[in-house]
Amino acid sequence: MSGVRVLVGTRKGAFVLTSDGKRENWDVAGPFFGGWEIYHVKGSPVDPDRLYASQSSSWFGQLIQRSNDGGKTWQPAGNKFVYDGVPGTHQWYDGTPHPWEFKRVWHLEPSLTDPDVVYAGVEDAALFRSADGGQTWQELSGLRGHGTGPHWSPGAGGMCLHTILLDPINPERIYIAISAAGAFRTDDGGKTWQPINRGLYSKYIPDPTAEVGHCVHRIAMHASRPDVLFMQKHWDVMRSDDAGANWREVSGDLPTDFGFVIDVHAHEPETVYVVPIKSDSEHYPLDGKLRVYRSRTGGNQWEPLSSGLPQQDCYVNVLRDAMAVDALDPCGVYFGTTGGQVYGSADAGDHWTPLVRDLPAVVSVEVQTL
Amino acid sequence: MMISQRSNVMIRVVLPQHLRTLAGVGREVTLDVAGPVTQRAVLDAVEARYPMLRGTIRDQVTQQRRPLVRFFACQEDISQEPPDAPVPEAVVSGKEPFFIIGAIAGG
Repeated sequence: MSGVRVLVGTRKGAFVLTSDGKRENWDVAGPFFGGWEIYHVKGSPVDPDRLYASQSSSWFGQLIQRSNDGGKTWQPAGNKFVYDGVPGTHQWYDGTPHPWEFKRVWHLEPSLTDPDVVYAGVEDAALFRSADGGQTWQELSGLRGHGTGPHWSPGAGGMCLHTILLDPINPERIYIAISAAGAFRTDDGGKTWQPINRGLYSKYIPDPTAEVGHCVHRIAMHASRPDVLFMQKHWDVMRSDDAGANWREVSGDLPTDFGFVIDVHAHEPETVYVVPIKSDSEHYPLDGKLRVYRSRTGGNQWEPLSSGLPQQDCYVNVLRDAMAVDALDPCGVYFGTTGGQVYGSADAGDHWTPLVRDLPAVVSVEVQTL
Repeated sequence: MMISQRSNVMIRVVLPQHLRTLAGVGREVTLDVAGPVTQRAVLDAVEARYPMLRGTIRDQVTQQRRPLVRFFACQEDISQEPPDAPVPEAVVSGKEPFFIIGAIAGG
């Protein structure tokens, strides 16, 4: 392990931050695709020089960019995302039927085994797959077609498929999450899907324990134990020990359990990180203090981590795709804010420093351990 | 209608900044457009020469202009013209360019 590359998507371009294994000094490259919204940048686990980026704008739509040299140069890939068959309708904010319309790609998840295979989570919610390095895209339409699709409705940010977790042990198993439909799982490579929302309680929907309709913000897993999932829901931090079949709340002693990000330590499957946000109507930290909370017990008991983070007058948000960990020892933890800071900790969260302070609003953060 | 029967004319097209960057070109490109020279024919030629621009100006399936993109020519907004209507003679003759504009919107 010689270093770390942090891939940052922002409202006005992408940035690539690099450092050696000490993670003390950072080189900042970018902006790439200046002026465009970069929802996500992620590298292939099997070929770290192969990166994919989601580039979009309200004016010119969606593009997919691909790099074969670790982000130094980029080439446009395919951007034709067409829903399979007749798209049908989902629920609009007011409960009326609304046609499925492609808007943008929120999340790109490269395959764990093949650098040319990559999944895309899109708005309006659907999952696409490319087997040719992003040149062409095919919808895995069993997700939208499994039965509850007409009842899905958008969250405040749009009806986005924002989380894709590939099971490193069972290649046929994929978890996804949609705001505000909930979490789903396939056990046959994406042909058929089932909702996995039992145990979630959402008091803001008519039936708080409904099969679908929950505003899941993010799900995380540890690669060694893919049946154990951690979820940051709109409100509530949740845990499942049976691949999503049942969930239980592990918010415990958090000062607020609203938030967006959640991630798991690279070497300690029971160590989990969240960034509590005051409420769904005030998207900023409690009391103007930016704090990461860490649980070393798989939830319920949480400790605030604040060393190096602003502890007064801080009113940024940390969006759902904006936290990641590296695989070095000790584990590095990184997150980006809507204020344009990317913070990193080279000691599993005990101490934090800004890698860069004044980027555009950060939408996503991914880390490659090189 | 004589205009629409012409074939293989050189059309000047001015692209907005983001699409210039994406296509790796300057402010204005010159394209060989097979007649009849319509809005659709101009856009077909743009996308054939610069395939990375597919989907950025009009939807790839419906061919509808993206809502925040406009087409100007000869000091007029021709965005609402039917896609198969002839473009102005001054564009066909190369005297005036066909402007593809990103609407002034947002912050």
